[in-house]
Amino acid sequence: MAELIKSGKACTVNPLKMSQPIGGALAYMGMRGAMPLLHGSQGCTSFGLVLFVRHFREAIPLQTTAMSEVATVLGGYENVEQAIINIANKTKPEIIGICSTGVTETKGDDVPGFIQLFRQKHPEYDHIALVYASTPDFKGAFQDGWTKAVTALVEGLVEPRGEGVAIDPARVNILPGCHITPGDIDELRDIFEAFGLVPTFLPDLSGSLDGHIPEDFTPTTLGGTGVDEARAMGRAAWTVAIGKQMRGAAEALERKAGVPFRLFDRLTGLAANDAFISFLSDISGRPVPNKYRRQRGQLVDAMLDGHFHIGGRRVAIGAEPDLLYTVGSFLHEMGAVISAAVTTTSSPMNILLPAEEVLIGDLEDLEARAEDADLLITHSHGRQAAARLHVPFFRMGLPMFDMLGAGHQVSVGYRGTRDLIFAIGNLLMHAHQSHLPTPDTWREYPSALPVPPAQETVQ
Amino acid sequence: MTNLNQTIQDVFNEPGCGKNQNKSEKERKKGCTKQLQPGGAAGGCAFDGAKIALQPITDVAHLVHGPIACEGNSWDNRGAASSGAQTYRTGFTTDMVEHDIVFGGEKHLYKAVKEIITKYDPPAVFVYQTCVPAMIGDDIDAVCKAASEKFGTPCIPINSPGFVGPKNLGNKLAGEALLKHVIGTVEPEYTTPYDINIIGEYNLSGELWQVKPLLDELGIRILSCISGDARYKEVAWSHRAKAAMMVCSKAMINVARKMEERYGIPFFEGSFYGIGDMSDSLREIARLLIERGADPELMDRTEAVIAREEARAWDRIEPYKQRLSGKKVLLITGGVKSWSVVAALQEAGMEIAGTSVKKSTKEDKEKVKKLMGDDAHMFDDLTPREMYRKLKTAEADIMLSGGRSQFIALKAGMPWLDINQERHYAYAGYHGMVELVHEIDRTLSNPMWEQVRARAPWEEEGGESWETRAMAEPETEAAPSVAELSPDEQEAARRATGVCVCKGVNTGTLEDAVHAGCSTLGDVAAATGASTGCGGCAPFVQRIVNRVSRSDGVNVQEAA
Repeated sequence: MAELIKSGKACTVNPLKMSQPIGGALAYMGMRGAMPLLHGSQGCTSFGLVLFVRHFREAIPLQTTAMSEVATVLGGYENVEQAIINIANKTKPEIIGICSTGVTETKGDDVPGFIQLFRQKHPEYDHIALVYASTPDFKGAFQDGWTKAVTALVEGLVEPRGEGVAIDPARVNILPGCHITPGDIDELRDIFEAFGLVPTFLPDLSGSLDGHIPEDFTPTTLGGTGVDEARAMGRAAWTVAIGKQMRGAAEALERKAGVPFRLFDRLTGLAANDAFISFLSDISGRPVPNKYRRQRGQLVDAMLDGHFHIGGRRVAIGAEPDLLYTVGSFLHEMGAVISAAVTTTSSPMNILLPAEEVLIGDLEDLEARAEDADLLITHSHGRQAAARLHVPFFRMGLPMFDMLGAGHQVSVGYRGTRDLIFAIGNLLMHAHQSHLPTPDTWREYPSALPVPPAQETVQ
Repeated sequence: MTNLNQTIQDVFNEPGCGKNQNKSEKERKKGCTKQLQPGGAAGGCAFDGAKIALQPITDVAHLVHGPIACEGNSWDNRGAASSGAQTYRTGFTTDMVEHDIVFGGEKHLYKAVKEIITKYDPPAVFVYQTCVPAMIGDDIDAVCKAASEKFGTPCIPINSPGFVGPKNLGNKLAGEALLKHVIGTVEPEYTTPYDINIIGEYNLSGELWQVKPLLDELGIRILSCISGDARYKEVAWSHRAKAAMMVCSKAMINVARKMEERYGIPFFEGSFYGIGDMSDSLREIARLLIERGADPELMDRTEAVIAREEARAWDRIEPYKQRLSGKKVLLITGGVKSWSVVAALQEAGMEIAGTSVKKSTKEDKEKVKKLMGDDAHMFDDLTPREMYRKLKTAEADIMLSGGRSQFIALKAGMPWLDINQERHYAYAGYHGMVELVHEIDRTLSNPMWEQVRARAPWEEEGGESWETRAMAEPETEAAPSVAELSPDEQEAARRATGVCVCKGVNTGTLEDAVHAGCSTLGDVAAATGASTGCGGCAPFVQRIVNRVSRSDGVNVQEAA
């Protein structure tokens, strides 16, 4: 259990946090034939676009209502209308996902009202789904924007199961949090399918941002979940939500279509995956395939090999709540000490982290708390702090603009956990080798480490 | 806001900007660039532009007053290099929350300035206004004034909220802020007859350092670079320079012109890209300095350096020239690069398949015209599909553009090189030109291309692929949507789709030729002329032959 502290600073220095609208936009990108649309000034969109291009190294569909100063004051219906028409004609999307921004929220634009009016005036665009999430920049963080957009997708698309339509016991809905990478989704799909289950991911970034060469030349998203597939999610027997941030969306789905859900706080770690795999075995009525029995063995072995390097090490982590909880509690299980934890927004997970305190703050705060750390984990913006502190740096989260394959980083499942141990363990091993004692330094070696607190079992 | 509106009008009336001077009063009022189209716009906002222009001042704390999006989504994302201070790479923002929106953010801003000065003690704090505080009426000028007086550190308000216009306008508004609050506020320790300002150079990837050693060698001192690798005080004392060079076309024309007007500093517009342009720029710097009283022998020394450096650069380019000669380049950039890079590539023996002039001024376009003979290869805007098409039909061998359009080339298996602000290599001066040629060669000669272009062994030959569709679609794109057309009209539109651009042959003509008995690519080519130009469309003609022959019941293998 951690104590939650909020940074009292007036000036945020080296932000860890990113804004809600682009979190929402990313969620929309997991839909097939989607064009996310930010209702705001063109800069709101252009910054997000550059950020995602640098992270995924993919073409990114993202549009703007291009609000000018005058339009902002007068209200943005015309801009929203024009944007939808232009996008519809130019890119022929299946769905346009709209997010508000700080500018239009400050004005108080009634976007749901706009959409209603648009539907009345333009029945010719009825074939295009319009989904809206209110995501002011001055509230919450990236993760909250994602949550709101996914909930909006559920509310706006999923249809209640019709009379006489049977539940399909093989169908499972999966609601992944924004910390679940395209690579993670691919891994999860394999796992579900190995149990004979048919997964529908909402959203599904693996089809759209996993770096494949497109089959079609389209300005909207490639792959992703289709609007028709989302509508049919009410037929599934189960919903699996990954990360506490998806609770709201899972509840909405249950309310709307009566699909029960199971929420997994994380899918990284041995115990966490044992629970997950057992659940799949239960709902599918199938025994655990040999493949996963072997992978479990490999993970156990990796934990044995890795604990020499990770155990007792002090780790400073800056990440959004669900990612922080996932990585922090897993490394804690491996014997690491979470010596500093900084996050972006409030979440029930924050106080559950096995650390003394969790701070809602920025990378300046993390840097100040990471001076005695053996490892720094955060997104690429941690590079300056890591260089100044001379601490090994492991990149996790978004953005990761200074490495290849950010979208393919896998940390879910037995195999993903195993590989995460290897990656972090190697980093620590190499750092350790370059700091071996000399005849002059052996007295100070190893540096005086506090005794790790007694391990709590974290679910 | 009235103050800001006045500044914006002032910027639009800039007499140094030919583009705006040629507009009617009414047109000018509309602003610098085309009205942004909702749902069809790309590019940064005025705040983005202001930040780009000023952030390269390395020892200043750049504080963004706004919600997290403006700084949190974008900080430390540009390659402007520093030879010393790293403060400019630190992200500072007030991270406004709902409370600020309701009660106003001025006090919060003031406190933030105080924290920065206490913790980081920068020589100045630049405060950037953004849309939300502008809407709720936060007066950053007043806060900056109060903070400057209280803390004794200059706090400079940069009034360029995103929604007032595009990036380019932001560049100019940033310049206005420097003119109003910074330039002329500090005196240099000493001056020499060899002091120059370089305006509009951001030292991306250290490009300034490919030029500075030559200036050092000539005894020319960069009194101030606005703003690449600059220190605050250097900008503040820039009014004492003897001459100025304006680098990035029109981005900071207002700064150059107003400094001429106020401080009598003559300027010229030049470029460090390309061997010829680099030499011209050095000559022009020397000429202006001599005019202002420097010893005329400076020109002799300048010519000697130019001769030596040009010879050295040509020597180093020579080995590449043979390999790159005749290679065709598609340039998707804009502004000054639409011509400065053209000259550079032509020097390396390459041809320009086309250059985008969307963001270029009239003068930029004239320069392109002069360099390329005509304006046939200029285009305003190119849809992704057209870009792809140009690459695929071998109208171009490589695309040079900014990061955002890279995937059009890469996904099509075509070479691409980054020449915008995120680039990782420096291409300025004589050395930079060699570097650019080296990079193009490194990209073009990579053996990887052959393998990534090959189809997977299990993929069917002749199937309708996305490439075919991409090739076939551009003509229909502007036409009314297919749904609105009758079946006959749809068929006519399909048949009218162009296949061979060189010879102007459409799908229908090709199909008719096959129906009439042409059963091989050679027959069709002889009958219609298709694929006898550049030859790039041959695979697509072949596919039409295959498809129509199949539907006509002719065995393709036999016929071929």
